[in-house]
Amino acid sequence: MVIGLGHYLTVAAVLFTLGVFGIFINRKNVIVILMSVELILLAVNINMVAFSTHLNDIVGQVFALLILTVAAAEAAIGLAILVVFFRNRGSIAVEDVNMMRG
Amino acid sequence: MTVTAAFFYLFATITVASGFMVIASRNPVQSVLFLILAFVNAAGLFLMMGAEFLAMILVIVYVGAVAVLFLFVVMMLDVDFAELRQGFLQYLPVGALIGIVFLLELILVIGAYVIDPNLIRTAAVPIPSPEVMTNTEALGQVLYTRYFYFFQAAGLILLVAMIGAIVLTLRERVGVKRQNISRQNARTPEEAVQLRKVPFRHGL
Repeated sequence: MVIGLGHYLTVAAVLFTLGVFGIFINRKNVIVILMSVELILLAVNINMVAFSTHLNDIVGQVFALLILTVAAAEAAIGLAILVVFFRNRGSIAVEDVNMMRG
Repeated sequence: MTVTAAFFYLFATITVASGFMVIASRNPVQSVLFLILAFVNAAGLFLMMGAEFLAMILVIVYVGAVAVLFLFVVMMLDVDFAELRQGFLQYLPVGALIGIVFLLELILVIGAYVIDPNLIRTAAVPIPSPEVMTNTEALGQVLYTRYFYFFQAAGLILLVAMIGAIVLTLRERVGVKRQNISRQNARTPEEAVQLRKVPFRHGL
């Protein structure tokens, strides 16, 4: 049994769907939403590396590295905003985030 | 060949299962721990694909930094997580419907694609064989030359993220006594020392 590109793409697709599904069902918990975003970015990275090795082109791995950087920055900023929001409101429920209405 | 397949299915199953537990777990601390498990197994998948450097970076950056950051925030915030679970079942049908439709479409795309054979021959930077050059070296030779500006931009993004996180979470607490060195040095004996004539058997 040869493990080819399709196998890795399927894993990435399932992981991506789990991330989207997680955003839908955890509508109130911002922390789990941020974790779902991390899952989505991981799925994208698996796609990038799978195509990189299948097409024998290392540029995909370079871009996977850049996605990793952006994901780390996004997690840091997101959690910082979360901490500030919790300090101000004492809650992290998404439905309470209505202070920024124009 | 079968060993490769066995390891692929092991890593893939654990990655997907722990990814599911991330979104389904009741306790966010458990979610973060399952996220760590998913990342480690995804690193195993990367290793199987031959991207060793990215696999190690995934373990170091995600497990060592991002997941620990999540764990830190989850444990620091005093949140009633049971309350946040309200409405979980309410959104479940819609979420499951959208998830299943989305997954089916993705699987259909994956099952139906054909890669243009010209694409394999026209790689921008072909991966050198492992005997010639390690994966780390090959990645570095491309990243620091051809994609140098992307590398610099990534560094800039990290710098902005660091400054942003510090600016957001830094707060000036009132009522905390701090040392003010310039004020300390500017004090003269005239304003620092007061000479009072104290009456006998009376305090100030």
